[in-house]
Amino acid sequence: MPSPVMPTSKRANGKDGTAAVSAVGLRKSYGERLVLDGIDLRIPAGSVFALLGPNGAGKTTAVKILSTLITADAGDLRVGGHDLAADPQAVRAAIGVTGQFSAVDGLITGEENMLLMADLHHLSRAEGRRSAAELLERFDLTDAAKKPASTYSGGMKRRLDLAMTLVGGPRIIFLDEPTTGLDPRSRHNMWGIIRGLVSDGVTVFLTTQYLEEADELADRIAVLNDGRIAAEGSAEELKRLIPGGHIRLRFTDPATYQSAAFALREVTRDDEALALQIPSGGSQRELRSILDWLDSADIEADELTVHTPDLDDVFFALTGPANIPNQTKEDVR
Amino acid sequence: MSSLSLAVRDSNTMLRRNLLHARRYPSLTLNLLLTPIMLLLLFVYIFGDVMSAGIGGADRADYIAYIVPGILMLTIGGTTVGTAVSISMDMTEGIIARFRTMAIHRGSVLIGHVIGSVLQSIMSVVFVGAVALAIGFRSTDAMILEWILAIGLLTLVALALTWIAVGMGLVSPNAEAASNNAMPLILLPLLSSAFIPVDTMPGWFQPFAEYQPFTPAIETLRGLLLGTEIGNNGWLVIGWCLVLAVLGYLWSSSVFNRDQK
Repeated sequence: MPSPVMPTSKRANGKDGTAAVSAVGLRKSYGERLVLDGIDLRIPAGSVFALLGPNGAGKTTAVKILSTLITADAGDLRVGGHDLAADPQAVRAAIGVTGQFSAVDGLITGEENMLLMADLHHLSRAEGRRSAAELLERFDLTDAAKKPASTYSGGMKRRLDLAMTLVGGPRIIFLDEPTTGLDPRSRHNMWGIIRGLVSDGVTVFLTTQYLEEADELADRIAVLNDGRIAAEGSAEELKRLIPGGHIRLRFTDPATYQSAAFALREVTRDDEALALQIPSGGSQRELRSILDWLDSADIEADELTVHTPDLDDVFFALTGPANIPNQTKEDVR
Repeated sequence: MSSLSLAVRDSNTMLRRNLLHARRYPSLTLNLLLTPIMLLLLFVYIFGDVMSAGIGGADRADYIAYIVPGILMLTIGGTTVGTAVSISMDMTEGIIARFRTMAIHRGSVLIGHVIGSVLQSIMSVVFVGAVALAIGFRSTDAMILEWILAIGLLTLVALALTWIAVGMGLVSPNAEAASNNAMPLILLPLLSSAFIPVDTMPGWFQPFAEYQPFTPAIETLRGLLLGTEIGNNGWLVIGWCLVLAVLGYLWSSSVFNRDQK
């Protein structure tokens, strides 16, 4: 069933010819359960796109569909200029995929895994060996190359996994939660690797549940919640969407805290910490008016901090249980 | 690259992967060899005197001659149980998902498994055959042509049973389930003419024993190696093998190409 074509801002950004990945009205359900409810994506070639969402939001399903592992129920989907439904094999030739669960052959060595990929990309023997050795070197796996992949640590497996994905030089890479389960050092290594790919002009589509990761890596971020794109834009744009900024006043004396809370009224109380939060975008003018107000009410806090919105605020605001409207839409379905 | 040469090249790559697995981890293959060898020794040395009397033979040597063709077929059945198990284990590996996202010949994953498994079956048959020779089995009747036909027959049976086993492995969620699902492949030979002639079985059971795939396969092999009457068993076994191979292939392909969750 064709979904209604969205007259969204696709024309507006004027890069029609160069989308590495595009989806219009992507839908997928498993039986009664609607996983993706008509999502639209457009990822310019050479950029990093992050699909951000809580567990079960449909991130992995979106990646599986776009990487030809499963078929969509509806949607006009193009990857690398090829129609997913009409020519999945051409899409496969253009992409590299590193799934959420390690896609290495644990029974054979790291090097054999790499050579297997080279063979499947139909590289010549010499070319295959060269490319395998290069990538093993680049991913710091040369020492472990002759050991069975099942003996690798989590971080090494992820690196091998990504190295295998890069054999054959795909121009579009899907990374499904590339750093989930990695320790902080391995995570930072992985970020470095991903930045390296981008500098080579590769398009990266990544999913993550870490806001920090999306903020670090992505040019554009889409927040997926409950099968829909709740918001999309650069990290900065998303942060602006949410009036999450506030000024926090902290008191040490409970009596002062109580009287301040009584005087200010329209504030969020944190009785435990003896702190009050006053909503504010954080501009100088707003700050001054709040200070004037505090002065006139004769309130003197022991500590005043200005909190600007971060992606966490965006994420919680868009995906939190407070965002009930999505539920009612589901019921209408 | 044409789709045929792509198929050949990718299947060859997958075959090498499976042979590498078999070489690195030979324990599964060796375990599967134990069953036919144990049965051979058990029936010959423990039950042999009674059994040889039962088939109207003079001594134990007659009974060795009688059961070896069945044991060889049972060896193939056992090897294909291993195929079902290794397929189901392989499907849980993330690398299969990777293969699905690559521009390779779709069927090569399964074809690699099938060819690898058929080769393994033949090797197992050679190994068990060597044990049979060591305990006194002699082919009384086979010349070059019969040997070639016998090897062709064993290969055809291995191919047919392997495709069925691949399907069984694909529909099994884990190794234990695969091993259980593939049990008929090793039980059916016990319900055939492998150990005793069909006409000594209870009357109600004879039609089943006579026409299930293993009996014509065993009778044909027996005829080729020992010069007994083959009758229509030759055509029966070829028919069975073609039907099983085609069904197994279609079944496996449709399960493998189904959307993954």
